This record gives sequence, structure tokens and C-alpha cells, in this order.
Amino acid sequence: MANLATNFIGIKSPNPFWLASAPPTDKEYNVRRAYEAGWGGVVWKTLGAEGPPVVNVNGPRYGAVWGADRRLLGLNNIELITDRPLEVNLREIKSVKRDYPDRALIVSLMVPCDEESWKAILAHVEDTGADGVELNFGCPHGMAERGMGSAVGQVPEYIEMVTRWVKQHSRMPCIVKLTPNITDIRKPAEAAKRGGADAVSLINTINSITAVNLDTFSPEPMIDGKGTHGGYCGPAVKPIALNMVAEIARSPETHGLPISGIGGVTTWRDAAEFMALGAGSVQVCTAAMTYGFKVVQEMISGLSQWMDEKGITSVDEVVGRAVPNVTDWQYLNLNYVTKARIDQDLCIKCGRCYAACEDTSHQAIAMNPGRVFEVKDDECVACNLCVNVCPVEDCITMERLIPGSVDPRTGRVVEVAVADWTQHPNNPMARAAE
Amino acid sequence: MTNSQLTPGVVPGRLPADVIASNFADVEPPLDQHEALVAADRCYFCHDAPCMTACPTTIDIPLFIRQIATGTPEAAARTILGQNILGGMCARVCPTEQLCEEACVREAAEGKPVEIGRLQRYATDRMMARGVHPFTRAAPTGKRVAVVGAGPAGLSCAHRLAMKGHDVTLYDARPKPGGLNEYGIAAYKSTGNFAQEEVAWLLAIGGIVVKNGMALGRDIDLDMLREEHDAVFLGVGLAGVNALRVEGEEKEEVTNAVDYIATLRQADDKSVLPVGRDVVVIGGGMTAVDVAVQSKLLGAENVTIVYRRGQERMSASRYEQEHALSTGVRIICNAAPLRVIGNGAVREVEFAYTHDSGGGLSIGNETFRLKADQLFKAIGQTLEGGAEGLAIEGSKIAVTGAGRTTLAGVWAGGDCAQGGNDLTVTAVAEGRDAAEDIHATLMA
Ligand SMILES: Cc1cc2nc3c(=O)[nH]c(=O)nc-3n(C[C@H](O)[C@H](O)[C@H](O)COP(=O)(O)OP(=O)(O)OC[C@H]3O[C@@H](n4cnc5c(N)ncnc54)[C@H](O)[C@@H]3O)c2cc1C
Ligand SMILES: Cc1cc2nc3c(=O)[nH]c(=O)nc-3n(C[C@H](O)[C@H](O)[C@H](O)COP(=O)(O)O)c2cc1C
Ligand code: SF4
Repeated sequence: MANLATNFIGIKSPNPFWLASAPPTDKEYNVRRAYEAGWGGVVWKTLGAEGPPVVNVNGPRYGAVWGADRRLLGLNNIELITDRPLEVNLREIKSVKRDYPDRALIVSLMVPCDEESWKAILAHVEDTGADGVELNFGCPHGMAERGMGSAVGQVPEYIEMVTRWVKQHSRMPCIVKLTPNITDIRKPAEAAKRGGADAVSLINTINSITAVNLDTFSPEPMIDGKGTHGGYCGPAVKPIALNMVAEIARSPETHGLPISGIGGVTTWRDAAEFMALGAGSVQVCTAAMTYGFKVVQEMISGLSQWMDEKGITSVDEVVGRAVPNVTDWQYLNLNYVTKARIDQDLCIKCGRCYAACEDTSHQAIAMNPGRVFEVKDDECVACNLCVNVCPVEDCITMERLIPGSVDPRTGRVVEVAVADWTQHPNNPMARAAE
Repeated sequence: MTNSQLTPGVVPGRLPADVIASNFADVEPPLDQHEALVAADRCYFCHDAPCMTACPTTIDIPLFIRQIATGTPEAAARTILGQNILGGMCARVCPTEQLCEEACVREAAEGKPVEIGRLQRYATDRMMARGVHPFTRAAPTGKRVAVVGAGPAGLSCAHRLAMKGHDVTLYDARPKPGGLNEYGIAAYKSTGNFAQEEVAWLLAIGGIVVKNGMALGRDIDLDMLREEHDAVFLGVGLAGVNALRVEGEEKEEVTNAVDYIATLRQADDKSVLPVGRDVVVIGGGMTAVDVAVQSKLLGAENVTIVYRRGQERMSASRYEQEHALSTGVRIICNAAPLRVIGNGAVREVEFAYTHDSGGGLSIGNETFRLKADQLFKAIGQTLEGGAEGLAIEGSKIAVTGAGRTTLAGVWAGGDCAQGGNDLTVTAVAEGRDAAEDIHATLMA
């Protein structure tokens, strides 16, 4: 079995699967059970400053979006940071870390934006023996109204400033957790790097309203007739998170900055994808909240099997492997010509490809007698919509036209040479091909 | 003295009353809301959906399933009932395994179609439970139409005509309307008083006067109807039954299956129905299966269906056959009855094995006997009475187009008319289409 041992900015864990800072990591009872279930690490639920803890609403805190069979696709929450006293959390962190020295234990922090507050909390955390801190600059609701969380994460200068304080007052590895509620994710990542962060983690949750109750005309979850935007997470946010991770991984300014990938990780495959795009560890919240701690066992077995099959022996070989292949649109090879191919043996004749192509795309699928669906190569622009709407796996595939053959749609010979938009005659800015 | 499964002769109460009652409960229990949502989620919303094409009434199945999935079962019911006013009954009795569900692409994909029939029942039950009749009548046309036969064909025709603003008189020979919905369909498919409730719900459209106990050829005749109405629709089904034509057929406890089933359907308490210990059924269709299964449910010890041709020729669907086998009915194929033996009542039936050469059926020399204290004949029904003056084609009323008979102003549909496949849903489709044609003709 492949070795999943992970060393992320000096923090060691038996596997790259960490629980993200959230309810699953809010107390000793949970964290011990999570470790027993096999989680490689946890980021403790965000601690606030000393003094009376925050309070949570007493009505529902979560909203949801479901897919087929009521599969939870997206979760939204209006929960705040831990509402348990700081001393209790610190005591528990110390006790757990003592008993599980081989697991990663990172403490998430969010205190007011002044140097003294950060200095004070860091001293407490160092006492626990925790492996590092994660700065929560991400929560988009509640705390942001008080000038914390995403209110900090949306201002790169603040990120840099706070990160610098943390690095100044503590020897602990420091991860900066980013909010996705920003136009260009590279900016806060660059700020974290300038401030001296050892790593960034992303994404925190996305501003969202999951549903509106059409009887009470209020957003869900509803608290006494009112609702507020919450933070969105779960499988639905994965594509957004993947892109943000990739942007940071491939940007020259931040390339090489360690990343802990978060957002919709539900299976080993999701985790492997984050890792391929540059994540040295992954964090999971919604999947654990949906299925319980045991899901990590599938993540562990799945990732090891895949690595074995690929002949990969360490997670380091996976991390960042797809990054060189993430590029800008303008560099995509326009001479890569494909056509949709329908496998008639697999086809169940539902006609969804036909409806999609005929009504909304390029009228490139013929419906022949006997409900036989066939691609018209002279119309097919290879958009992939038929592949996406087909309910049968691998029934419709995209096949590349061999260079040298003629594309019946354009009547032109498919060239061997790579040619992209930067060289295209229609591009007023085109450079002459060398 | 209480009876048991082993009591000889034809006696009631072979099983405790509560067991019999539960035996006759819904063969397929209705879906609850959660189950319906899970089932609806499986539909792919196919383009030009094959299920829809396979439905004789062309219900927009993907649309109604999507309406269920999005939490509007009443809208789904409207979609269904707009095409098939007896969508509630059809949801219960259609052999979906030969119709929509056979065509469902998920049958091809996984051998497990979307549960269209049960979803249809979910939607229509929801609407009927609310007591809502979703259709209204058009402005009165002043035209009068006579509909004879209040079975699926007649009811469907009457409803569509009433909706178009015509005044309909619906005649039926039997004491209650509904046709085979009321007197024929297996009791475990149409439970409770559903058939009558559905008719009452259907009649809520208004403009339909029902006259029961009025038989064409006895109380009314075609000339009279034609004189008094602008059009006539005949949906009289097949009121006669085929005879076995074998020696001993007249013995006691040799019964027409349809008569027995009609009695059974009218009995509120099934435990009072007498049934044999050894029951033999001759036939290979839905009626044979239904009488066999229901005999078994009443407590008969041995029930055997004997069919003269091969299993693949049985008109009861494979699913129906499986259902019979699973309740403990035995099916013997390729055997024809030679004679009924017994002193007064039937005691045994003698059969000979047959050979089906494709061209014709020949009776072999090898024979066997089955013990029987009750014998059911289920070898088909025939058109009977009232259709004088109309051309007959292959023992049914000859029709062209949407049920036009050879007499001007007279339409026919359902089991009594040529074409079709002797299914409830087909009768509904034919009644509806004839109504549209009558309307077009009267308004031209
Ligand atoms: C035992 C049995 C089980 C069946 N099970 C199923 C099933 O599970 N699924 C399915 O799809 N189909 C089933 N069928 C077939 C289905 O019941 C018929 O195809 C359907 O009822 C035909 O409808 P109809 O309106 O043409 O005739 P019917 O339902 O037969 O209605 C005809 C009506 O006309 C009346 N009538 C007859 N003669 C006269 C007259 N001279 N004057 C006035 N009124 C008259 C009758 O009283 C009756 O009410 C079954 C049939 C039988 C016999
Ligand atoms: C109920 C809930 C509470 C959360 N609380 C915190 C928190 O206190 N601190 C934090 O950094 N992130 C918090 N998060 C965000 C998660 O750590 C994580 O970034 C996010 O859920 C995306 O990952 P996922 O898709 O695996 O759930 C919370 C998420 C949820 C669902
Ligand atoms: S064939 Fe099946 S999957 Fe397709 S529309 Fe009909 S019920 Fe839905």
C-alpha cells in the first residue's frame, strides 16, 4: 500500500486528510474519535479572544441544496467561531495532542485586528503543544460584521499585517486561511506570503442564500421570519475551490507556496485532484458532517489504491503534478480537433444528447429511425454538451481527428502543428508563428 | 364448523377472515411522498420519450414525473388526466411491464425501469383525495349524445363529450357503472371502493346522466337512440363468454371465470365466498390468471391453470404469470381439456397434450387427469347483443378511423370494437378519440 505520510510545512501526519476547522473539530470528544477513525490531522474549530465567548443563533444554522436522492450537494451555515470558553478549548487541545503525538493538530484563530490580541492568544496556543496555527480570514458571516474573518481576508494589507504579527510573536508554522469572497484570489495569497505565512489554506465558505421559503418569504435557514447570507460549502463548491488553488499554484508570485486545499472534498478522488493542483494536504468539513468520520477510510484506501496503480510511492509525487497543465485560454491548441462519438451498444436511447444539441447547440446529432442517434461530423463543434448530459458513462466520448485528416465541418486538414490564439489570423494581436 | 384449506368441495372461509382480507389488500402498495420523490428522481426526462409513445393514451410521462419531483403532484395529475381521465385506474391495472415501463430507457440501462405506474397512482390519488375535479365544461352546444356501456371506453367518451359542452346520457345494463373496473379487474389491483369513487369523481364534470339497468337490445335499441340523439357511442365490451364445447361442461361447479370474478368483486367480505379445494382454470389470459390467483388467495389448496398452447403464447404477461406462480398457482401449458368428469359436480378434468405446429393445434394421444372440485372457464369473451345492423369484423364491431362504425352517427370503442388489445387503457384511448371525432362531426 502506498505511503500516505505527509509532511506539510514541517507538520507531520500519517495521511494528507485533515478535518477543517468547523463543528467536527470543536471539542476533544470529536477530535479523539476523528483520530481513532483515521484522520491524519485536524484544524481545531476557530478560537476567539479571551473573555465571554461568542453566541450562536438558537434557531437553525444550516441550509442545504440537494441533488438526486436528496444527496447533499451544498451546505450553508451561519455559525460563528467556537462558542465554548477559550480555557476549555486550550485544555482539551493540550490533552488530545499529548495522546496523539503522530497526528497533526493545528489551531484556528480569529481575534480582533490588533497586535495585542494576537500576541495574547498565540502565547496560549504555544502552551498546548499544537503543531501550528491557521489564521481564519475567511468566515463570511457574523464575525465579518465585527471586522474579523472575511473582513480581514478581503483586504490584502490587513492579511499581511496580521500574518507578520503572528510570525513575529510565535515560532509556530502559520497557515493563512483565505476567503473566496474576493475577485482575485492571488492578491490575498501574495499578501500572506509577504507577511511571512508558511502556507495558505483555501477555500473558506462562499457567501450564499441557499433557498427562499415561499410561504414565509424569507431566506433559509430562517430565524424568526428573517434570514441572512451564510457560508456555502460541500461538493457544489469544489470547482470554485479547485480553480482558486490552481491560480495560486501557477502564479509566478505565489508558485511554491504550500497550500492546504479545502472545499467540497468528499472522496479520495476529490482529494487527489486538489493535490494534483498543488495542495500538500486537504481539509474536509461537509463530507464528515454528512457521512460521519468513517468517510476517511474510503479516502485513505482510495488514494493508496490509485497511487499503487499509478506506481506513485509518496504523496509528494502527486502534489502539483497537474499545475504545469493549467494554462490560459489563449494557449490552448486550436488544432486539437475532436468529434463526439456515440457508442451504439451502450446507448439506452433516451435522446437527451439530441434534445441538448438540437435545441441549444449545433444541430449536430441526427435522430434516425429506431431512435438511433448519430453525430453529424460536419456540424459537430465538439462542445461536449452531449457527453455532459448523457446519463450513461462513456457512452458518448470525444475522439480526436488524426492530424492529416479533414474536418468535415470546416473542410480543412487537421494540422499536426500546435497553433493557439496568439498565432491565429483572426487575432489582431497575433504574433507571427516562428 | 370451520373450514380449512383441506375441506373437500366448494366452501367459504378456508382461511381466517383477517388473512383473506389482507390477501386482498393492494398488491402494490401506494408510494408515500418520500418513495415517490426517490422514484421520480430516476426519470431522465427523455427526448420524445419512448414511455410516452408506448402509452396507448400518450400521457406526457416525463413531464408528470418532473412535476412530482418538483413537489407539484396535483399538476402531475392534471397532465395525466388530461390524456387519460381514468389515469387512476390505469395506474393500478395497466400491464406497465408491457407498456411504458418496458419502453423506459432505464429498463435498457439497468433492467429496472422508472416506476411509472406507481408514480401515476401517487399523483392521481393525491388529486382525488383532495376531491378536486380539474376540468370544466365548455359552453353548452345543445347536442345530445348517447353512450352505451359505462366501462372505461364509455366513461372516457362521455367525459370528453361533456367537457366539449355536449349533453350525454350514459346507459349501462348492469346495476353499477364502471364496467370491468367494477366487475372484472382483480380485487387486489382495485381495492376498496375505488372503481365507484373514480366514476363519481369523473361524473363531477357535469352534463352526464347515468342510467343503469338499461340494456341495449332489451330496454333500448339502436334505432331509438339514433332518433333521440345526435350521435351514439357503443362501449358495450364483451358481455358473452366462449364455451369450452367439451363433454360434461354442464356439470355443477363448472363456472365462467368472469362471473365468479364479478361476484367476488361485489362481495365486501371475501371470506363468505365459496371456493374449491382443487381448482382448475382453463385459459391463458389475464382472466385465467386473475381467477386462479384470487382462488388461491381465498384459500384453495391447489390451483392449476391449464393452457392449450405454449407459455410464450399466453396473453397474460410474463409479469402476471410470475405473480401467479409466486402465489402458488401451477401453470401447465400445451394441454387441452377433453372432458369434465363427475357425478353431478365436477370431480376431475381430463386433458390431452397438444402440439402447436404453428399452423394449427393438434391434440395428442397422451392424456392426464386433474382432480377438481371447481373448474373455471377463462377462454375469452365475445360480443353479445345490441349491435344489430352494424358490420362485424372478426367477431367485433367493424370500425374505421376514430371508431366510426358502418352506420352513420354511430361510433364504437373499447373491447367491443375491432382493433385494440383488450386493455383498460386502450378502451380509454378509444373512447376519448371517438369523442373528439364525434365533436368534430357534430360541430362541423
Ligand atoms: C377478469 C378480467 C381482468 C382484467 N384485468 C385487466 C387488467 O388488469 N388490466 C387491463 O388493462 N385490462 C384488464 N382487463 C381488460 C379490461 O378490463 C377491458 O379491456 C376493459 O374493461 C374494456 O373496457 P370497455 O369499456 O370496452 O368494456 P367493459 O369494461 O366490459 O364495459 C362494458 C360495459 O358495457 C355494459 N354493457 C354490455 N352490454 C350492454 C348492453 N347490451 N347494453 C348496455 N350496456 C351493456 C357492461 O355492463 C359494462 O359496464 C381485464 C378483463 C377481465 C375480464
Ligand atoms: C458549520 C460550519 C462551521 C464552520 N466554521 C468554521 C470556523 O469556525 N472556522 C473556519 O476557518 N472555517 C469554518 N468553516 C469552513 C470550513 O472549515 C471549510 O473551509 C468549508 O466548509 C469548506 O470545506 P467543505 O466543503 O469540506 O465543507 C465552517 C464550515 C461549516 C459548515
Ligand atoms: S423512458 Fe423512463 S427515463 Fe425516459 S422519460 Fe420515460 S420514464 Fe423517464
